[in-house]
Amino acid sequence: MIGLQRHTPLLTRDAEGLFWMARYLERVENLARLIDVTQTFESPGREAESWGALVAIMADQAGLKERGLAIDAASVKHFYLLDPVNPTGILASIEAARLNARTLRPLISTEMWMQLNVFHGDLLAIEPWELDGDALSRLCRRIKEGVQAHTGITEGTFFRDQGWHFYEVGRLIERADQTTRLLDIKYHLLARGTAEERRVVELTQWNALLRAAAGYHGFRRVAQAGFVPADVVAFLLGDTSFARSVALCVGQMEWHFSALRSRYGLRDTAPVLERIEDLRVALGEPVLRLLPNGLHEFLDSMQRDLASLGELIGTMFFRDWRPLKKRRLEAPDAQPHSQDGQSHDGPPQNDPPQSGQSQSQGQRTP
Amino acid sequence: MQPNRVNPFTSYDPGAYYCELTARPGDGGSAALVRKRITTIGLDALRLRARAAERDLFNLGITFTVYSEASAIDRILPFDCVPRIIAAKEWAVLERGVAQRVRALNLFLADIYNARHITRDGVIPPQLVYGNANYRPEMEGFPVRFGTYVHICGIDLVRDEHGAFSVLEDNARTPSGVSYVVENRHLMMRAFPDLVAGMKLRPVDDYGRRLRNAMDEIAPEGIDNPQVVLLSPGIYNSAYFEHVFLAREMGVPLVEGADLTVEDDKVWMRTTAGLRRVHTIYRRIADDFLDPSVFRPDSMLGVHGLIGAWRRGNVTLANAVGTGVADDKAVYAYMPRIIKYYLDEDAILPNVETHICGEPAGLAYTLANLEKLVVKPVGESGGYGITVGPRASRAELDAARALLIADPANWISQPMISLSVAPTLTDAGLRPRHLDLRPFAITGRETWVLPGGLSRVALKEGSLIVNSSQGGGSKDTWVLAE
Repeated sequence: MIGLQRHTPLLTRDAEGLFWMARYLERVENLARLIDVTQTFESPGREAESWGALVAIMADQAGLKERGLAIDAASVKHFYLLDPVNPTGILASIEAARLNARTLRPLISTEMWMQLNVFHGDLLAIEPWELDGDALSRLCRRIKEGVQAHTGITEGTFFRDQGWHFYEVGRLIERADQTTRLLDIKYHLLARGTAEERRVVELTQWNALLRAAAGYHGFRRVAQAGFVPADVVAFLLGDTSFARSVALCVGQMEWHFSALRSRYGLRDTAPVLERIEDLRVALGEPVLRLLPNGLHEFLDSMQRDLASLGELIGTMFFRDWRPLKKRRLEAPDAQPHSQDGQSHDGPPQNDPPQSGQSQSQGQRTP
Repeated sequence: MQPNRVNPFTSYDPGAYYCELTARPGDGGSAALVRKRITTIGLDALRLRARAAERDLFNLGITFTVYSEASAIDRILPFDCVPRIIAAKEWAVLERGVAQRVRALNLFLADIYNARHITRDGVIPPQLVYGNANYRPEMEGFPVRFGTYVHICGIDLVRDEHGAFSVLEDNARTPSGVSYVVENRHLMMRAFPDLVAGMKLRPVDDYGRRLRNAMDEIAPEGIDNPQVVLLSPGIYNSAYFEHVFLAREMGVPLVEGADLTVEDDKVWMRTTAGLRRVHTIYRRIADDFLDPSVFRPDSMLGVHGLIGAWRRGNVTLANAVGTGVADDKAVYAYMPRIIKYYLDEDAILPNVETHICGEPAGLAYTLANLEKLVVKPVGESGGYGITVGPRASRAELDAARALLIADPANWISQPMISLSVAPTLTDAGLRPRHLDLRPFAITGRETWVLPGGLSRVALKEGSLIVNSSQGGGSKDTWVLAE
């Protein structure tokens, strides 16, 4: 027999694994970004306040309390960088990413696995002294670069079939979510003092935020000389040239699902595409209307929408998907159908990082 | 800095054992050349490079996982950098011997699950076969394509002090280790190109393609482009890396039980685009766990209805169900007679001399020479219940004697085997360590034997136990092309 197979099938379990592997890795990078910017926000004597803001946007107040930890710089840094059982920490995320990668080894490239395997070992070896002083920024950079190496290796080696689309969607949905969180940090950090002092502090904060999102220079290129917070918000949410903007992520997700539909015949993309369309409409709202008081609520609802989009993708394509009897691919004339889950509206969730069901259902051999 | 150039072989002494790196006729001078090259590299550099090579294996995840109470630890199968060499002529005999044995195993299985000539003709006691725990009545009268039951077979060979090979054990269920054969070769080429340079070696890369070919061949008749899958228990299985390796090499999905479903006696896998028909399953799950509705109801690994689909001829399982009866220790003892019975040929590869205690002569000999023999129960595996005569106390020998007399049919005995050795890198330098060889054979329509096989080496001094779970390692196995 000669000739190449045009489309190879993708197991629902593997689609799910790819989606979550990418999500967890993106989460690792973004947490490093958040920690980095939080440290930048630290002002002498008020360190606890900025670390408190980080805890607030991660919705981890309860998690720290459970462990009997105060919200101070040392505890919060330890909680996110060294605590292996904290589900929102870097170690839990890299562990989950690697576990997924392990189930995906038949699909991902050897180079992807090897880098992830070594990076995982590297993160497990983070030492307490690396959380202090100037070492912290270096640590954050190392973490970011580890994920970026993964992304680059993936770009250069990963087979571009169905699985790649699910991988990308996982990364994009997480990135969109994390950008809303990064932006939300501002809501929790109030500038104090005189009007002029506040203006200066705010300026510093917005700049740091843009830098954390790797958007500072891009923003400079498109923004007016006079600094307006509304422009920063519009940029982070809506500028489709900016790699981490919510609008770009949403637009790319749309493209991936269209490709899954047209190239691979995945019909269940229809309800997903509708949901993405809704997100796009919401993002079209003029930013000025959100400021100064509506931004937090807006970001909150955006996070809920992204979470329910994630759930919908799960219902349509992953393990909890229940196929209808008609759809068997022995005969190529599988019939179009609708599914129970089509009008599924997931319960609102504020904290997708915690709702990220970890993919660890392997079975032990007897 | 001047590297340490102490000749690593200076203190290497294999004693009375056969050394696998001995220059021998037909090796074209390779053994001597390898010794010379290792000497040139020197012990220090050898150590550094061996360590780097092992780190490479770890990073690549060419590992098996060991579970303790709370943690999962990834371990590599230790890789010894000194290759084991098999001359072309030696291999030609092994290859024919393995193929002969696989043919006999398949004919035996076809016979016992159908016409039962061999037991009627009194070649092997019926009780041993039909009373065997691994005998599966579900297989009776069930046709398999090309009469192949054992599609993948691993045959454990040992070599005595005279350099003669014999069979220690047949593995006809789900033999593992082949991934290390291929990965060891890759590692050797990467880390020790100066050892391999110019050597004419039979390649081992072809295994995946051959396996896929066989899996295509054995798919139910009339299927043009069969969907093959590899069924694994999942990431917690210690051989998971090998499952990944084989799925990748074959280019087929690695599935777990939950990915498959049976409807209308057909097997389907759950894909993003819907259910997709599956035609051949290379399963790395034991018979017992395949289908909870037929075998163990508590199995979480299997697929409900799989056996039904298979009996309808809608899917092929490799290996077939019920092959465990053929690689049983008691049946092993009859293998030379089984080969003679079906093929009218003498076994090319002899068994290790085995005394069947269920036969009066065997029992008498065993009882008379207990302190010189290794006594093994027939039903057990993994080294349980074995009494090693020369190393046993008086009380242990007495206990063994009592057990033997109480139930002779449950026992076989063998002489102590002087396993061959090969130079192996240890903390003390190159030292002789015992090793065995497991060649792998793939059978669809015909049998193909992978050149070489897995050389497992006991890293502990004097140890004869080569299993990875007990501190064994492995070596790259070179079959010379000419």
